[in-house]
Order: sequence, then C-alpha cells, then structure tokens
Amino acid sequence: MNKLTLKVTETQQLSPLVKRFRFEHPDGSALPLFSGGAHITVEMPEGELIRRNSYSLVSDPYDGSGYEIAVRREDTGRGGSRYMHEKVNEGDLITVSAPKNLFQLDLRAKKHILIAGGIGITPFLSQLRQLDLAQAPFELHYAARSRKEAAGLAMLPEAAHIHIHISEEGKRMDLGEILDGQPLGTHVYTCGPDGLIKAVADQAARLNWPTSSVHSEAFTAPPPGEPFEVTIASTGQKVRVKADQSLLEALEAAGIEIDYSCRGGACGRCETSVTSCEGRILHHDHWLSDDERAEQTKIMPCMSRFKGTRLELDL
Amino acid sequence: MSMTEFSPSIESRPTYAPLTSHGAAPAIMVADAAGAAALADLAASDSSVMDKAHVVLVAPTAEGPSQIQSLRPLAVHVTPDLDAAGPMLKQLLGTARMGTQLFLAGSEGLMGHMSALATAEGLPLDAIQMEHRGTIARRMQCVHCKGITDNVTTDPFTCSHCGLTLFVRDHFSRRLGAFQGVCVDAETPGVVPDSVEIRP
Repeated sequence: MNKLTLKVTETQQLSPLVKRFRFEHPDGSALPLFSGGAHITVEMPEGELIRRNSYSLVSDPYDGSGYEIAVRREDTGRGGSRYMHEKVNEGDLITVSAPKNLFQLDLRAKKHILIAGGIGITPFLSQLRQLDLAQAPFELHYAARSRKEAAGLAMLPEAAHIHIHISEEGKRMDLGEILDGQPLGTHVYTCGPDGLIKAVADQAARLNWPTSSVHSEAFTAPPPGEPFEVTIASTGQKVRVKADQSLLEALEAAGIEIDYSCRGGACGRCETSVTSCEGRILHHDHWLSDDERAEQTKIMPCMSRFKGTRLELDL
Repeated sequence: MSMTEFSPSIESRPTYAPLTSHGAAPAIMVADAAGAAALADLAASDSSVMDKAHVVLVAPTAEGPSQIQSLRPLAVHVTPDLDAAGPMLKQLLGTARMGTQLFLAGSEGLMGHMSALATAEGLPLDAIQMEHRGTIARRMQCVHCKGITDNVTTDPFTCSHCGLTLFVRDHFSRRLGAFQGVCVDAETPGVVPDSVEIRP
C-alpha cells in the first residue's frame, strides 16, 4: 500500500468536538491530487498498537500543497479520534495512505444533490470544489443539531445553493421538498448517520428515482467491544483481539497479511471467509447483504467483532 | 412481431427484456414501426402507463400514429428518422423531472442511439427499459475511422465512411450506443471471408 509520511502543519478546533488537521510534505513537494469524496487512512501508533482510521479529505482536490481532514472526537470509540485530538500536534510527522475514493461523483449527472448530516459534511467539502470548477449544477444540504456543533459551517462558502438546516432553530431538513421535482438525470449523495442515508433512499424510492442515482457513504471508525479470539485456519494460530482494537488491526499486529482499503466496512476489500463459527458475528459493516450476515460464513475484519467460543478464519 | 431470442454472448452485448409498466408515472417512449407493437402490448398490460406518456415515433407506418393515439398517451411526436428523433428526445429529457420512466422499443440501432443520448443526460442505464422488436440490423462504429454505419445486416461489411472491410463484433459501446466493427483483413490484406447474414 502506497504510504506517505507527512508533517502536521496546522491544527484548528472547529467546534467543541471537531478538529481540522493540515498535512504537508516535509520538504514541501507536491502531493498526489485526488478527486472529490476521497479519503486517506491515517496511522496512529500507540505503544505496540497501530490503529488506522480513514478520514475524508476536506481540502481542494486540485491543490497538492497539502491534505486536510476534519476529525470528530468520539469518546466512546476505540481511541483513534481521541489520539488525533490529544496526541497529534503541529510539527509531528504522521503516516497516511495515498488518497482513495469510494464516494466519487457520477460526472454524467445533470445535477448533483449533496446531503450531509453532522460530520458527514466532510466528503462534500472536496466535492463541492470539484463541482465548482466543473461548473456543474449542484445543491448542498447540511443538517446539524445546533450551530455550535456544526463544524462544517466554518469550512463552507456562503452561496445560494448551499443550504444549512439547524434543527435547534426549527429548520429541519425536508427530504421530500429537496428531492421532489428535480430534473431528470439528477444524482443524490448522502453522508451521515444510517438513519439519514435510509431516509434519503426511501424518499428517492417513493419518487421513483432509479437506485443507481442514489449514492451514500457511511463508513465510520471501527467500534470497540469485548475482547475475543480468532483461529487462523491454515496455521492454527490464535489471535486475540483487544477491546479497543479491531480484528483487522489485531491480524496486522500478528503479522498476518490481509488486504484492506477503507477500514470502515464500505469497500469490501478485507472480506474474509469464515470456516467455522460457534457463536455470533457482530457485523458492523455496510458491505455484506442481510443474507450473507445471517449465514455467518463471511466477516469484514475492519469493522466486525465476534461473541462466542470459536471463530476460524480462512486465512 | 414477436421478440427476438439473442444467442448468449459476451457481457458487453446488451440484452433486452419486455417492457413492464410502472403505472401512471410520467414517461417518455421512443419506438420505430416495429417497436410500436411493444408499446401497444405495454398499454394492453396496464393502460394507465400511457396517462402521462410522451411517445416519439420514428419512421412509423402510415397507420402507426393513429394506432398509438388510440392508446391515449399525453402526446405523440412523429419523426422521420433517428437523426430527427434525437433532438426531440433530448428536448423531452431536458424538461422531464426525476421519476420519469424511459421506454425504448424497436431495433438495436434505435435503442443504442437513444440510450446513449439519455445516459449522456445523466439517466443511469439501468433506469432505461428496452424491448427489441423487428430487424436485427446493427448500428456499427468503425474502430478505425470512428464513423457510424447504420443498419448493418452482413458480416463482414464495408465501412460507409472509410471503406475498410469490418468484422461485426459483439463488443458494444454504451457511450456511443453502437457495436464495434474491426478491420477483418488487417493481417492479410485482401483476404476477406465471405459475407454472411448476421445472426441474432
């Protein structure tokens, strides 16, 4: 995997929970450009543990002078975002992956509608710069609970087609009003809580939108949970997964090669077959279908956990 | 005329399913003379499908327009050929709203041409219903000169633009709405297999 070691050149508290980071090449050289909606995976070494979280790039995709991300602190998470908030300072070196994009714009669309809930605003910040440059028609709807929590406000330009919905101020987002009557060829993109993604998909379906015009991204950091153990089928090796570690991180720490990309249960790259399962897989991904989950023959190690006596992986 | 059974081929080759109604949703329908029968069958399965339908007929038979009119669509637009149907479809797509259904029926040339136009307007391919009726003639792009030859019924055929003898491939460009024609005697100039009728 293509990695870059970059220097933290700026940090900024955007809201009580959200902090922005800027990374630049230590010798000032240009970084690879990316496309709107792309993310990088950030390595967070702590003791013998290396956590890796993916964050959407919020900076201009055509500006190679630096990469910027905005991280929301999740105090109930397994520690990745807390590490970013507490341990990462200006001047530090940090290892990140090259940008990857699982949430591209469909550039054939006649119009784009971007719908963000809370920290889900992040992928759209790079997309709207791309759309501005392409002079493609779009509207962006950003919903947040309160103005104080709405970290995106500081990063959004003021424009007639950028709509802010603050529920505390009684300005709730009306999805029916947003989606009804849009010109044929419109695509909608949603990033935010699962409930919002489902509500947009349901509303689009009610209005007879083709499913392939409806896009979403929901990847989140892996959740913590109770420790568990897995067995590697080919070697019989047992790997222990700590409470604040994902299965993927535990496998990596044990030196077991496994392919990955998003580390958020969205891309499908780390899909692993289960050869024996006595217990219940706690699926937290957005990749496997309901049937596949029920069968318990596949697991996404980046997100999912296990509760039971024996889980054997086809590795 | 009944539907053609196409022989199984590579993934690239489009396949077509009978048109099915989504009820009285706004709709745009494009059909040639043979395809008009597919629209009649669609209306017979659910007459409400015509309530908000604009029908574009391409080179219909003499009775075609009145037959479609009797299905009571919102409007019927008659065009002499595909070149004239293109701008008409573009105009209808340009004023349509999300939720509008697109139905194409007739030759592969018509469906390829019109679906390419619609996808360029932002409509996803899987939102377009297509039913094949009538001729199995193909719309071919010469991969060498990029010229399009319509109504190709033999393999190999002569490119109407550059004159090369082209092999009829099943490779289909969704962007162009055309099958790909490749020079058949590039390695052995002049050695050209006998021309045969293309098969479905």
